[in-house]
Amino acid sequence: MTDQNEPQHPGRPAGPDADKHNADKHNADKHNADKHDAVKHHADKHHLPKPADEETAAVVSLDTAGGAMGPSAVPATAQSGKIPGGPETLVRRIFTGSGMVSVLAVLLALVLGGLLIAFTDKQVGATATYLLARPTDFLSAVWTAATRSYVALFQGSVFNPRGAGIAGQFAPFMETLTIATPLITAGLGVALAFRAGLFNIGAQGQIIMAGILAAWAGFALHLPLGLHLLLVLLAGVIGGAFWGGLVGYLKARTGAHEVILTIMFNYIALYLLRYLLNTPAFQRPGESNPISPVLDASAVYPQIFGSQYRLHLGFLLAIAATVFVWWLLNRSTVGFEFRAVGANPKAAQTAGINVSRSTILVMAIAGALAGLSGVAQVAGTEKVLTDGVAATYGFDAITVALLGRSTPWGTFAAGLLFGAFRAGAVQMQIQTGTPIDIVLVVQSLIVLFIAAPPLVRAVFGLNPRRKKRATAGKSKTPATTGGAA
Amino acid sequence: MKNSLRANVKRGSLAGVASVGAAALLLTGCGPAPQAGTPTATASDYSGCIVSDSGGFDDQSFNQSSYEGLKKVEKELGIKVNQVESQTNNDFEPNLRAMVSAGCDLTVTVGFLLGDATKKQAEANPDSHFAIIDFGYAKPIANVKPIIYDTAQAAFMAGYLAAASSKTGTVATFGGIKIPTVTIFMDGYADGVKYFNEKKGKNVKLLGWDKAKQDGSFTGDFVKQDKGKQLTQNFLDQGADVVMPVAGPVGKGAGAALKDAKAAGKDVKLIWVDSDGFLTAPDYKDIMLSSVMKQMGNAVETVVKEDKDGKFTNEPYVGTLANEGVQLAPFHDLDSAVPAEVKTELDQIKKDIVDGKLKVESAASPKA
Repeated sequence: MTDQNEPQHPGRPAGPDADKHNADKHNADKHNADKHDAVKHHADKHHLPKPADEETAAVVSLDTAGGAMGPSAVPATAQSGKIPGGPETLVRRIFTGSGMVSVLAVLLALVLGGLLIAFTDKQVGATATYLLARPTDFLSAVWTAATRSYVALFQGSVFNPRGAGIAGQFAPFMETLTIATPLITAGLGVALAFRAGLFNIGAQGQIIMAGILAAWAGFALHLPLGLHLLLVLLAGVIGGAFWGGLVGYLKARTGAHEVILTIMFNYIALYLLRYLLNTPAFQRPGESNPISPVLDASAVYPQIFGSQYRLHLGFLLAIAATVFVWWLLNRSTVGFEFRAVGANPKAAQTAGINVSRSTILVMAIAGALAGLSGVAQVAGTEKVLTDGVAATYGFDAITVALLGRSTPWGTFAAGLLFGAFRAGAVQMQIQTGTPIDIVLVVQSLIVLFIAAPPLVRAVFGLNPRRKKRATAGKSKTPATTGGAA
Repeated sequence: MKNSLRANVKRGSLAGVASVGAAALLLTGCGPAPQAGTPTATASDYSGCIVSDSGGFDDQSFNQSSYEGLKKVEKELGIKVNQVESQTNNDFEPNLRAMVSAGCDLTVTVGFLLGDATKKQAEANPDSHFAIIDFGYAKPIANVKPIIYDTAQAAFMAGYLAAASSKTGTVATFGGIKIPTVTIFMDGYADGVKYFNEKKGKNVKLLGWDKAKQDGSFTGDFVKQDKGKQLTQNFLDQGADVVMPVAGPVGKGAGAALKDAKAAGKDVKLIWVDSDGFLTAPDYKDIMLSSVMKQMGNAVETVVKEDKDGKFTNEPYVGTLANEGVQLAPFHDLDSAVPAEVKTELDQIKKDIVDGKLKVESAASPKA
C-alpha cells in the first residue's frame, strides 16, 4: 500500500498520511544521494514488519527535512530514542526544510530576474555610461527597473490599487483565474496520466480536437439556451477523450510508446485543424481567412461575475475537475488501479488488474480533462476557432503538472501560479516596457527554482550532503537529515 | 583532491569573468554624468499604442514594419508609445484591454486574427481610436480604421520582372499559410507572369501557385525556414530560377537554398516581400532581384499623424501603386542584370495600373 505513494508538494501542510508519502519520495531521492543509506532505509521500511503508525513514525524520523516538521515528527524521534541535537539542528532543519527552500527559491529567482530586467533596461544602460562619475544613479536605476517590473507583475495578476473601485482593483485577480482555467484542466489531464505511469505529451492535440468539435457545435448548430452549451461541452469533452483514448488504445494493443503517439497525434490534430479552417464549412460566410464564425450566444459559458470580467463558468468546472481527479485517485477503485499500474504494471497485472483497460481509460479521462480546456478556450474566452486555439496550454500543462507534483491540488495551485504570471506579463510589458522575452525568462527562472529545491540548497550552501560525509556512520538520524529533496 | 582542484579552476574562471566584466564596466562607465534635472524634450501627452499578433515585433514582416512606423512618429512628434507583444492568440483581448486602460489614444492592431478582439474593444470604448493592419470589416466600425493593401498590383510587376529575368523559362512562388494576405501576392505574381507570356508570346512556367484553382505550395507556417529551403530546392530541381517566397522569415530558407544554388554555379534570383529585402535581409543581397513592398510603416505614420491632428476617419486606407502604399523595390546590386527594355516596360505597367488601364484582380483584393 505504501508503494502506491502520492508525491506531495513539499510546501503543503503534511498530515501523518502525507508524511508517509513524502518519506517514500525522499526514499527515492536518496537512491541518488546515498545508496548506502537508502538501502538501510529500505530495509527499515520494508523488511521489518511493523504496525502502520509505527512505520510512518520511523520513516519520518529518518526524514525530518522535506516538510515533515509536522506533529508526527516528535513522537518519531521520541520513539526511536534519539534526542534532537539541540538548537543547532533545529536551525538547520528550519533552513533545509522545504518551506524555507521555496521561499529562498522565489527570492533567488526574483534577484536574478531583477538583475536581468535591470540590465536590459534603457535607463540602466544610460546611467552605466557614467557609472564612475555618479554610481548612485546607476544603482538607483537598477533598483527602480527591477522593482517596477515586479510591482507591475503583481498589479497585473493579483491586485491593482489604481483600479476603478473594488471591481477594478480585483480585475487582475479575475484575469489570473481566467487564464488559469485551461491550464488547470489540461494540467490535471497530464498529472493523471503521470500517476498511471504515462507521459502524456498530447494535451495540445486533445485541446485542439476538443476545440474543433466544441466550436463546430457552437457555431454550426443553433439550439436553445442551456441545451446548446451542454452539447458544446459534451462535444469538447468527447473530442478530447476520443483523442486521448485512441492513444491509450494504441499503446495497450500495440505497445507503441505513448510519447511518440501523443506527439504525432498533436501534429495530426494541428494540421487537421488548419485544413478544416481552410474549408468554407469552418470559415465565415464571404471571408476566406482561416477563422471560424463566432459561437452562438447560447453556446458560450456564462460569465461568473458579469461582463466586466472574463471569468467564466469554465473556472468552476476546473474546480469540479480538480475535486473529481482527487476523488478518482484517492478514493476510487479505478484510481487505485491507475496508481498500481503507474507504480509497477507487471505487479499490477499479476495482482489481477487489467493493465490495458487501465491504460485506455486513464488516457481517455486525461483527454477529457484536456478537452475541458479546449471548451474553456472556444466557449469561454476566444469564442472563435483559429489555429491558435490551444495556444501553448498543452505544453504548459506539462510544466504545471510537474510543478504540482502530479497531485490534483498541487496542479491546481501551479495552474494559478502560471495564470498569474501570464496575466501579470501584460502589465509588466506595458508599464515598464520590459520585452516579453525577458518577462518569460524571469518567469521561467522562478519556476525553475521552485521546481528544483536541491539547486536552491546548493546555491545557498544548505546542501547537507557534504556535512553528511563528515558525520556518516556516527548516527543514522543526522546522516539522513535533510538528505531528501 | 580532484574536487577541490575543479572548484579552484571554476573559481578561477569565475574570477576571470568577473574581472573582464568589471573592466568592461570601467571602460564603458567613465563618461561624464549629465547635469541633474536636465529637462527632457517636451513630450506630447498623445499616446500611440501597438499590439502585435503572435509573430512579435521582430517578425521581419507586418508586425515589424508597423512597429517601426510607430517608433518613427514617436521621435518625430514626441508622442508616447506603448507596445505589447502577443505570445498566443489568447493574449489579444487582455493586451488590447490593457492598452485601452493605459490611456492609448490610438491603438494599432496587426493582422486579421485581431479582428474580433479589436472590434470588441472598439465597441466597448467608443472614445478610443483603433487602426487594424491587413484586415477590413464587412461592416465598418466608427472608431476603427482598416489599413489594407492591394498588394496584387506590385506583385504583378514582380511577376512580370521574374518572367522577363528567367533564363530557364520557369519561375516559382510559395506561401507561408494560405490566407488572403498571402495569396494576393501569389495572384498578382501569377498574373504578371501571364501578362509577360501574352505580350511576348513566350511560355514562362509558374510553379507553386495556380490562380484559377487558388491552390499551390505552402510551408504551413511563418516559422520553419527549413521547409522554405526544401520547397525552394524542389523548385530549383524543376528548373525554376526566380523564386518569390511569401512567408515572412521563412523566405530566408528560400534565400539559403538559392545561395547554395548560386554557389554551385546556377544563375538564380530571389524576390522578397513586405519590405525591401536588400535592406532587411542583407545576407541575400547578391541574389536579391527586387521586393514587393507593403509600406506599412508609412501608413501607420499617416494614420497616427491624422489622429493626433483630430482628423481620424474610419475610411479604410488602401495601399496601392498610386499612393505608393505598395511598391516594387529598386533592383540595387542587380540593377545591371535588368535590361533597360524591361525597366521601361515595368514603368509602363505601373502607369497602366495606376491609370486603371490594366486591371489586376485577386479574390483577396480589398473591396473598396
